[in-house]
Amino acid sequence: MTATNSPNVILDISNLVVGLGRKADAHRIIDDLSLQVHEGETLCLVGESGSGKSVTSLTVMGLQQKGTLVPSGGSVKLVGEELLTASDRRLRQLRATRMAMIFQEPMTALNPVVPVGRQIDEVLRAHTDLDARARRQKILAMMEHVRLPDVERIFSSYPHRLSGGQRQRIMIAMALVLEPKLLIADEPTTALDVTTQKQILTLIRDLQRDHGTAVLFITHDMGVVAEIADRVAVMRHGRLVEAGPLQDVLRTPKMEYTRNLLSAVPSLVPRAPRPETSEPVVLEANELSKVYRERSLYGKAREVAAASNVTLTLRKGRTLGIVGESGSGKSTVARCIVRLIDPTSGGVRLAGREISDLSRRLLQPHRQKIQIIFQDPYRSLNPRVTVGESIAEGPINYGMPRKDALARARELLELVHLPPDAISRYPHQFSGGQRQRIAIARALALDPDVLVADEAVSALDVSVQAQVLDLLDEIQRRLGIALLFITHDLRVAAQICDDVAVMQHGRVVEQGPAAEVLTNPQQAYTRTLLDAAPGRGWDFANFRPVSEGLAATA
Amino acid sequence: MIGYLIRRILAAVPVMGVVALFVFLLLRLTPGDPAAILAGDNATPEQLDRIRTSLGLNEPIYIQFYTWVAKLLHGDLGVSLISNKPILEMIGPRLEPSISVALATIILSILVAVPLGVIAAWKHGTWIDRCVMGLSVLGFSVPVFVIGYVLIQVFAIDLRWVPVQGFKSISAGFGPFFERIILPTCTLSFIYVALIARMTRASMLDVLGEDYVRTARAKGIGETGVLLRHALRNAAVPVITVIGSGFALLISGVVVTESVFNLPGIGRLTVDAVLARDYPVIQAMILLTSGIYVAVNLLIDVAYTLLDPRIRY
Repeated sequence: MTATNSPNVILDISNLVVGLGRKADAHRIIDDLSLQVHEGETLCLVGESGSGKSVTSLTVMGLQQKGTLVPSGGSVKLVGEELLTASDRRLRQLRATRMAMIFQEPMTALNPVVPVGRQIDEVLRAHTDLDARARRQKILAMMEHVRLPDVERIFSSYPHRLSGGQRQRIMIAMALVLEPKLLIADEPTTALDVTTQKQILTLIRDLQRDHGTAVLFITHDMGVVAEIADRVAVMRHGRLVEAGPLQDVLRTPKMEYTRNLLSAVPSLVPRAPRPETSEPVVLEANELSKVYRERSLYGKAREVAAASNVTLTLRKGRTLGIVGESGSGKSTVARCIVRLIDPTSGGVRLAGREISDLSRRLLQPHRQKIQIIFQDPYRSLNPRVTVGESIAEGPINYGMPRKDALARARELLELVHLPPDAISRYPHQFSGGQRQRIAIARALALDPDVLVADEAVSALDVSVQAQVLDLLDEIQRRLGIALLFITHDLRVAAQICDDVAVMQHGRVVEQGPAAEVLTNPQQAYTRTLLDAAPGRGWDFANFRPVSEGLAATA
Repeated sequence: MIGYLIRRILAAVPVMGVVALFVFLLLRLTPGDPAAILAGDNATPEQLDRIRTSLGLNEPIYIQFYTWVAKLLHGDLGVSLISNKPILEMIGPRLEPSISVALATIILSILVAVPLGVIAAWKHGTWIDRCVMGLSVLGFSVPVFVIGYVLIQVFAIDLRWVPVQGFKSISAGFGPFFERIILPTCTLSFIYVALIARMTRASMLDVLGEDYVRTARAKGIGETGVLLRHALRNAAVPVITVIGSGFALLISGVVVTESVFNLPGIGRLTVDAVLARDYPVIQAMILLTSGIYVAVNLLIDVAYTLLDPRIRY
């Protein structure tokens, strides 16, 4: 079906150019982009950060930053009506009635001081003549339609009383209450846990089937693409790389960039297990617990167990993964082990020495044996300190002469594949992936026995993620370091971990070799997590469904 | 909500207790004999004795504190050393001018400043924004007595619309009351408009970048709805804080304006007492001012919980 003779093209973007500023030679954020979305179809727009996916969607809605992002060419038509030249008034009329949008962060996308029912009601008041009772009934029906429980109560609830998944359902209800022709979903599940993500994806697909809505679905996650797309469009640097039906793009990508993007997606099938070792145990957590007490002057104290009775063992040169959804307590455990926070009870043995009850001063000599890398490379490096100073600071604190420490920093930068001149530059001069390399170099500067990586690759694009994972692997082989790897991403865990511990509600529910836990889980929760992993049926790197791969090797 | 109010009021009790203790010790811990301080340099030994007995200075210090607090709670703030009048009677008539001007100033300032701040944030970076910010700098930098005298010259002397100075109680009729507080109110409003407009603009700018404002626009709501229903209420918390502390300051500390317009207010009473070393009056004024601050802070906190449901009570 081609766009020109198809009667049911809902969104038709042709030769769109969006520049940074009004000048004719302005840098093009979107460069000559053309794509169509048809009635009842989901087009997934994929690409890495900075590829222009979100700018495309905001431009369609007319919500791009005025004066900064300027559409300077091409056309965007919604059911035949040109949007780029439409007046503000006309665009306002079209929003929510013909085209609607849901956003990535359900936590911040709703007004915190207005009950959610009233926020949906605003759409109806702005665009319909219904009276208050009819509006309320329509809203409650829509809330039931998006499978919210106890709709009367939720109607008058404030957003902070709802979970992330419920908030995203409210957003969807708000977007679809007037049955728009086009729904733009900008990374709507990225901030959600996998199990919630699965529910929301199913909901969007079901609603689309019922109402014939055209969906422009923006994502960076190939797993999500495999779950929801009819067609796929790949973007890079503001240009369309390739577009086609889902099966074609996943099985026979035409462009090199698409192939690389797919190859970088880590497989859910665990890597071949490494032989067991008899190397010494470098880290032990023994019945580690952390309880937060919320005290108030007059009210009763409230207790929250962020981690309870967590027992872990890590040998030299091995990688132990802690996986789980948000709030499962994985980061709490990591922080207790590094003693960034103090455990309430239980023990931590580092290289045979109990460190959980040491005072800050006595802990000091042991700190260098365990180092941590954080999730957000943009915020974990001091922006006013040069990279070299950041790396050398630790060794200098432990008494190494400044000159030697800087020489060591230069070696480490080489080890993490950064140019030696990086030493005198500042963090903002590097990309996210490069910054994470710097963070790794900083952690390695103290020759630790154990490296804790807390969601260290979660903020990175897949291709960069693959490079950083390779780097960690290489460092482990060269230095024999033990790695405690905290992640919510089962694909990443499958590719890097020797052993995994699955956490839920502060407890370890299942623990064992990665190859066993992730292929033959014993606990219902682990099975639920694996089932919810998007695109679990696809072996992206080999351009085929997992089942065909199994058949080929059988 | 009621429970929260009661808890907050209870929490104010220890604060006022500490203030009372401080005020009590102010006189007792000043070097030298409190009676001599109170009586002044030329007192006779008989006078000193009389003061000691009347203040109970011969009693142990905790008994003195107990008696003093008991008197306070019965509304007995003591007697002025200068005028020999009960302090309560001195403060009473001065509350009306101070509170009237403070209230009028805050209301006028909010009515002018909040819309200015909202528009400046909305039209961020345009000439409108720059004008509002320019006015704001002007409001901060021109001394308050200059504004006062200019207003008197123009509206009282040249145009003869209002009287030059003085105060009439509202019980004497609204007209005379109003025409005497209008100039001091406008004078003080210059600073407060500058302050509140600046705060509103900054807070609105933060909020206008939030995701939920984008959501509101994506719903197809008009700009007025986006600005008022979604942005302003979220931007209100810091603005309320400034308004509240500004109000407390207005009641107790506008000596210059009171002097320019010859208003018999709290500020001048305080300054006169300090200059005359009238210790009992100073003590009473410290207590009163602290009480006002505690009450205003309580109101601010209650306003927070009404504006933002995430703030727990």
